[in-house]
Amino acid sequence: MESRKPRIAIHKFTSCDGCQLAFLHLGEDLLELSEKVDIVHFVEMGPINPLAKVDVAYIEGSISTPDEKERIQHIRANSRYVITIGACATSGGIQALRNFANTKEWMKAIYATPDTIATLETSTAISAHIKVDFEIYGCPVNSQQILASLLSLLHQTTPTASRDKVCLECKRLGYACVMVTKGEPCMGPVTQTGCGALCPSLGRGCYACYGPAENTNTTSFAKWLSSLGLSDEEIARRFLFIQNNAPAFKEEGIKLKGKNKHD
Amino acid sequence: MLYFLAYEQINDLLNALRTLGYTCMGPQVQDGTIVFDELNHAAQLPWGVHDMQKPGYYRLQQSEKKEAFAWANGPQAIKPLLFKPKESLWRVQKNDDGKLIFKEIMPDHKPVALIGARSCDLAAMAIQDKTLLKDKFIDKQYQWHREHLFVIAVNCSYSGGNCFCVSTQTGPKATSGYDLALTEVDKGFVVDIGSDKGRNLITTLKCIPATETNSRQADTRTAQAASMQTKRMPKNNSRELRNILMNHLDHPRWHEVAERCLSCGNCTAVCPTCFCHHQTETPVAQGDGSVHAREWDSCFTQGHSYIHGQVVRDTTEKRYKQWLTHKLGTWWDQFDTSGCVGCGRCVTWCPVGIDLTEEMAAIAGESNVVTDKKKGPHDD
Repeated sequence: MESRKPRIAIHKFTSCDGCQLAFLHLGEDLLELSEKVDIVHFVEMGPINPLAKVDVAYIEGSISTPDEKERIQHIRANSRYVITIGACATSGGIQALRNFANTKEWMKAIYATPDTIATLETSTAISAHIKVDFEIYGCPVNSQQILASLLSLLHQTTPTASRDKVCLECKRLGYACVMVTKGEPCMGPVTQTGCGALCPSLGRGCYACYGPAENTNTTSFAKWLSSLGLSDEEIARRFLFIQNNAPAFKEEGIKLKGKNKHD
Repeated sequence: MLYFLAYEQINDLLNALRTLGYTCMGPQVQDGTIVFDELNHAAQLPWGVHDMQKPGYYRLQQSEKKEAFAWANGPQAIKPLLFKPKESLWRVQKNDDGKLIFKEIMPDHKPVALIGARSCDLAAMAIQDKTLLKDKFIDKQYQWHREHLFVIAVNCSYSGGNCFCVSTQTGPKATSGYDLALTEVDKGFVVDIGSDKGRNLITTLKCIPATETNSRQADTRTAQAASMQTKRMPKNNSRELRNILMNHLDHPRWHEVAERCLSCGNCTAVCPTCFCHHQTETPVAQGDGSVHAREWDSCFTQGHSYIHGQVVRDTTEKRYKQWLTHKLGTWWDQFDTSGCVGCGRCVTWCPVGIDLTEEMAAIAGESNVVTDKKKGPHDD
């Protein structure tokens, strides 16, 4: 084994900066971690060295500009492992709603001189551009997921993540099902766990910020939401939200929107 | 001999249990459902509350009647107390010589007295005992919780819309597994003693013997609960149902139900007999070590059948079939019993209201609706 401490970098792309905060929220564990690793690039915390060669690069944000498209290639070349964090990096984020619209028209409607703004037609996940070694979902991700991924690598084991539905976590934690007890629409049965069932713990429905779970049945679920009194448009909006570009949600959302048009 | 415990004596009962060192857990209304939580006072009980249950539907209703147990059940009862949703099993740490040192983690809390277990819950506990305390394969943490549990059952005088314990022969009256069993009657409870621990408690409380009228009323209430049930498990949950399922693994209904099933695992999480779990290893930031824990899993997850690099049951159809051919089928081969106790929780808490009795009716070709005869055509 090499004697030097593993080096890590945290890079930002198109995002709100919220996922990087998961590192800062680690508190005392961050101090412990800094004994074991060298954080060489993390603008939000202080160190700046974007071109550093590192063992692990954490990526926040989606690819939405020509510059980002290029920058991500350099990072891949400089990093042993690339881990994407958050909805933006893993599926394109809420800003991927632009993929459903005409970017040029929008630019013209909003900016006085749209020609001076370099942007892509789409917002896409990092994995659409480079090989990603591990993905951490969520909007935002939580500190425990970040910590677990890094500690696993430090112990030379492969990080793991559950893609089970939020429902299982709700039941383990003993939270009352908001859909069964109140008829409140909850995306838990199609959304992957990781958040600790945060919204149901506060008595409200999940809004799917962790993205699709594995083996989702969005069609049956959409039918049930319809029986609870939601219109196709309302159901479509629930799928086409923070994780609108995640394939399982995108497909169901577009299907429902199409249905709406024909009605 | 049967005794009478007046409503006014509930607090004496709780005090006596606390004096013996128990934490009292009992039913109470929280977030629109009935859950078991620490019970400090009789006033916390769900007085006058009824539960309305339908597939995928649970609502509480308040009535003026002064009854504490006029409801069927909530999402959980005994299982989370004995077979914890997540429990640490051991800790491993490197010592100064770099050697791995394993240390067992055992539960360490006050014993629990559970007030309000239903007969279906006790039937489920007996089944979990078979699973987790069998022969030399003992789950030590489960065993600890089991040995530190005092059970006060309450026989049902009311059935929910999804109850079908009459057909599974697991209720509505508890027959074993309790220290005390209560049946609610006017102004209190008729008490049946199930153990020496239970007898000592009743002696401490100076309960008077139940009258003939009390006992008759208790019987009437239990009969009322039984007659309220409109659902049944086809083939009365027998080994015959097992044989039918195993002979119909290609029945088109499996495919049809999979089109509705969300594969979310709610049914297995609320099932009082489901015991599947996975184990996790969590590295700790401080030092070179990790904690090994077991956590509820479900046959509806991909991890459940992940073997040697692939998910064996990769579709919902395979997972749904696995769940019921095990619970109602091969459970007989493993534990000499069905894994279903007729509590109806999987029906109520399914987010899309799938009713297993209906699915079984379709495959077994026998109705899941209770007729006046109360029994299926094959039981005559």
